[in-house]
Amino acid sequence: MLYTNLDHIETAAQLQQIIMENENVMVICGRMGPMCIPVYGIAEQLRDEYKHVKFYDMEFDNPEAHIIRNLPEVRGFMGIPFTIYYKNGKVVKATSSIQTMQQVRAILDEYFGAPVNA
Amino acid sequence: MKGSERYDVIVLGGGPAGLSAAIYLSRAKIQTLVISEGMPGGQMILTHRVVNYPGVEDISGYQLSQVMKKQADSFGARIVANAIVSRIEADKEEKCVMLSDGRSFCSDALIIATGGKPRSLNVSGEENFRGRGISYCATCDGEFFTNKAIVVVGGGNSALEEAVSLTKYATEVHLIHQFDHFQAFPYAVEEARRNPKIKFYLSSVVTEFGGEDFLEYVKVKNLLNQQETELKVNGAFIFIGYEPNTQLFKQYPILNERGEIVVDENMKTTLPGVFAAGDAVAKRYRQITTAVSDGTIAALAAAEYINELNKHIKLVS
Repeated sequence: MLYTNLDHIETAAQLQQIIMENENVMVICGRMGPMCIPVYGIAEQLRDEYKHVKFYDMEFDNPEAHIIRNLPEVRGFMGIPFTIYYKNGKVVKATSSIQTMQQVRAILDEYFGAPVNA
Repeated sequence: MKGSERYDVIVLGGGPAGLSAAIYLSRAKIQTLVISEGMPGGQMILTHRVVNYPGVEDISGYQLSQVMKKQADSFGARIVANAIVSRIEADKEEKCVMLSDGRSFCSDALIIATGGKPRSLNVSGEENFRGRGISYCATCDGEFFTNKAIVVVGGGNSALEEAVSLTKYATEVHLIHQFDHFQAFPYAVEEARRNPKIKFYLSSVVTEFGGEDFLEYVKVKNLLNQQETELKVNGAFIFIGYEPNTQLFKQYPILNERGEIVVDENMKTTLPGVFAAGDAVAKRYRQITTAVSDGTIAALAAAEYINELNKHIKLVS
């Protein structure tokens, strides 16, 4: 169980629906471990700023997370969390393991655009 | 400093020491700002289970962090998380902290509770292959190395224990340590020695991580004969301990030779109005409870310092 303050995705169908209904989505697929927790924290902080992006997490060990684990974009990844960025339902970027605030911001700005009030 | 936000006390660091200080200060109605490099909680958030924190039977480090943060919030402390501090002025009467995003904050007193951070090797390729072969957490990433050869770097308890644990997945584990003996407890060394999948490389250091998209080899140099060996591996786990997070204070005469902050029994440094607490401080034992204790003492001493300062201002005005 992920006890973060992000909204959780429980099923593959739910993820499909979310990425179809929202233009910009970031999903962090991980566990409650040292490489994952900092990324959840970054997303928790950035969601107030990047209001045009939806932020979610999904438990890596949930069998339904096959929808992320089997993505071609994560082939060869050898570190959790797998963080996936979707635009209009398509994967535009995927990262492996811990990321810094600057790295996450750079991806959000590049693929989803910087916050309007920035 | 012109254009800076003003507080009575700035606490640098949002781990158990920093949050405890913030709870005590803000409850005493002292305007307090906590600046945290990551999310509040520091290294505590990475502790899977905390079962020896008095008064709490069993809690995750993440949840304990959330409770401490909530307490600090409830008393009015302001917390700036995921901040990158670019510069600190700690030797003047007014202490100022500048962030990389251009914001700056000033105060009468400063509590340094910046904790520690995992050491990295600073070897070519280390940054490129993070998440693509290089990991710092066996529990998180071990399964990705099923039927693969890996290296483990380090000689303490974590390195030895994780090397053994990783043999569940890996075909072979090359254990690399820079000294000619291990710092780990004898039982951990013995268990590793008994494991046929572990090969030992003492007095050796990693000189390069290499590969195309993913880690494919690690170069290891024997420090005794200077010979370099290339190991064909897909994974590298690095467990070489922690170092105090005090690089920003190198210009001040408050650090010892290990980079730890030297304080007196009231957590005061030799700089007036500058206190320190938690794992960044020179001390023998580093626990959540000792960090909380340090933070409390530092807060009480800083509060006294602020009160004296205010009395002095009233007297002269």
